[in-house]
Amino acid sequence: MDRCASPSATRPEADARAAESAALPAWEAPLASLGRSGPAGDEVARIADGVLEGRRITPEEALFLHDHADVLTLGALADHVRRAKHPEPIVTYIVDRNVNPTNVCVTDCGFCAFYRRPGQEGEYLLTREEIVEKARETAELGGRQLLIQGGHHPAIRTDWWCDLIADLRARFPELNCHALSAPELDHLARLDKRPVEEVIRDLKAAGMGSVPGAGAEILVERVRKVIAPKKMKTERWLDVHRKVHAAGLRSSATMMFGHVETSAERVEHLRRLRELQDETGGFTAFACWNMQPEGVPEQSKYPRCTTPAIYLRVQALSRVFLDNFDNVQTSYVTQGVKMAQVTLRYGCNDFGGTMLEENVVSAAGCSRLESIQGIEHAIERAGFLPRQRNSWYGIVDPRHDGATFPGCAEEAAVTADAQEAARSAKAEETAQ
Amino acid sequence: MIQSTLSEERLERGARAAGLGAIAAKVLAGERLSLDDGRALYETPELHVVGALANHVRERLHGDLSYFNVNQHVNYTNICNKLCRFCAFQRLPRQEGAYCMTPEEVAQRIRDQLGEPVTEVHMVAGINPRLPYDYYLDILRAVKAVRPAIHVKAFTMVELHEIARVARKPLEDVLPELIEAGLGSVPGGGAEVFAERVRQATYHLKISGGEWLAIARKVHQAGLRSNCTMLHGHIETVDERLDHLDRLRRLQDETGGFQTYVPLSFHPENSEMADVPGPTALDELREIALGRLMLDNVAHVKAYWILMDVPVAQLALAYGADDVDGTVVEEKIYHEAGATTPQAVQREELVRWIRDAGRVPVERDTLYGVVSSA
Repeated sequence: MDRCASPSATRPEADARAAESAALPAWEAPLASLGRSGPAGDEVARIADGVLEGRRITPEEALFLHDHADVLTLGALADHVRRAKHPEPIVTYIVDRNVNPTNVCVTDCGFCAFYRRPGQEGEYLLTREEIVEKARETAELGGRQLLIQGGHHPAIRTDWWCDLIADLRARFPELNCHALSAPELDHLARLDKRPVEEVIRDLKAAGMGSVPGAGAEILVERVRKVIAPKKMKTERWLDVHRKVHAAGLRSSATMMFGHVETSAERVEHLRRLRELQDETGGFTAFACWNMQPEGVPEQSKYPRCTTPAIYLRVQALSRVFLDNFDNVQTSYVTQGVKMAQVTLRYGCNDFGGTMLEENVVSAAGCSRLESIQGIEHAIERAGFLPRQRNSWYGIVDPRHDGATFPGCAEEAAVTADAQEAARSAKAEETAQ
Repeated sequence: MIQSTLSEERLERGARAAGLGAIAAKVLAGERLSLDDGRALYETPELHVVGALANHVRERLHGDLSYFNVNQHVNYTNICNKLCRFCAFQRLPRQEGAYCMTPEEVAQRIRDQLGEPVTEVHMVAGINPRLPYDYYLDILRAVKAVRPAIHVKAFTMVELHEIARVARKPLEDVLPELIEAGLGSVPGGGAEVFAERVRQATYHLKISGGEWLAIARKVHQAGLRSNCTMLHGHIETVDERLDHLDRLRRLQDETGGFQTYVPLSFHPENSEMADVPGPTALDELREIALGRLMLDNVAHVKAYWILMDVPVAQLALAYGADDVDGTVVEEKIYHEAGATTPQAVQREELVRWIRDAGRVPVERDTLYGVVSSA
């Protein structure tokens, strides 16, 4: 988790890597003092005052802040926006678990250390029993969500997923299936040779309750050609989310930065997300993290891991720019809990999921309940009230007596759908 | 009055909105903050405002310059009779893992890094009452014999107290002999929190706050510079921290001998106080800022990355810190290294982290002479 967090973690080949990535656009942080003095400082101040007055900033202004403001100014602005959106000092999190049914993938992203080619050593496909068991453990711990994603398996089609999701919904109606990111939905549409709308419709009918935001990386073609040439294009990623929203489902949005993109391309990514959100309003939250280059297949292509000052710069700018996103999630998995606490003052209002899976795998000495307590404790010690939420960022916590987000009603609807589906399935069984 | 710039106006406006307008006015005018001001800065939820005020002072003093050095640590013994409850390093004489280096072993540590551009050895240890006065002189001489140009920053006030005890003479007479043997300056450790309540509860066998300050005074009078520290994030109160900072500030008014203030983050792991959670990164950033704002007469504030973790130290450069300490590479890692030396890698990494924070890295020697501007 902290492999990028210490200078001693770098290896001698760092120089070689830096040389190889030298061809890629270099970006250097601006001198901090210049973000507050001289002509650049004046422009930063002008934009900043607009943010404090609640005005939306333009992509050009965002780029100016990114390239000229100091990290503390960005943090203060992001903190202001977070507080305007969430006046109560609440930081939410969800009790959930990652389920990755397969690591088999034909998309070959060079930044991914998780996938295996079909037939490659280490490939796996979980059985239904294994998945159900993981879901059961999550439900028993009071979980509310299964984050189900995996590789782009060449032989697993929509009906396999529909069966799985319907089964899980019937057995564990309290667990929302936050399932199948846009690239996976696109992959299924291509396997099925039919429009993605139909794939979404069928999965929704089976009980898929919301869609994760993975696979966005950087929504700029130049970047995608370098880091993920076989993955869906920018327009397609956005269009799949548009169709998810049109189908009445919510999704989240992400950004993976700190690889080959320029600062302008970071802003371009945020611009595309903000425009779609203006159009559909379907995104629940935004999360970003910096690429973790250690041990990925094409490591030599990537620069060293972005340092936290850059991470916080992008994190804070995202909160300021994405004024139509209610929630911004931190990434304690990539940053570590200590820096995640800092991000709560750099625009984040959500701690993400408990990811019971991670803890189950890395078991020794750390019980799953402690991980929930660990998150609660981390939020409290950062000066906020921890509250559990559902997949739609509705607060579902007995300690909460204030207003909640409309998400709760949506969850109720999905739960009702699933219970209905379970009832009719049972009725069918009896009839047979 | 100095012409107020746009950035100062915004700083004051932000502070006013947080109820810290009067404090901001003082900071901008370069006036000393009171303990009540300090309390308000500790208690406000507006960490970014506190950081911006501290950053203002930091940039007034140092601009974007951020210092580091290439150094090594030698902890000559872990045997200690002070039994401080917050310490995970100490061992009793016959306890497993207890060690005490001979002067030759100390020399070997220095020899191990002769190929590296090390400018400073930081040498501190436990209070091992069996060590004779000559031992301390011998380890200083051993270091200088191997590497005459190296600066020896050694012996906290607590160790100096012990050295004078075994020397059976006043510290005033001991210090010139230590200097003669090679002592170049004195680190800031062992101050903990001066309040007697905290001392009784956590380190009652160690010298008192008053004694620590008295020894620091003598060190400065002997012509040596020292650092000063505060161990925060355990059982101390805000008022006790402010009292500590105030006592450092008053001695500094008198001697001017402190060159750097280093807030030390309490780490509960493996100590007797494992039930105390220790400071969060947000607490650590605030402590850096408070140090910068209260200690208006100390030139430097250090974010000691070894205790804070590099990410927090990097961020601290925006909250009042202008120094991140050194490369501190252990010789055992050195022996396992390949073509690029770990000191070089570590140095390059510190430079990168400082640059990413929007600062200008400057390699310094112990007394803040510029070795190279990276």
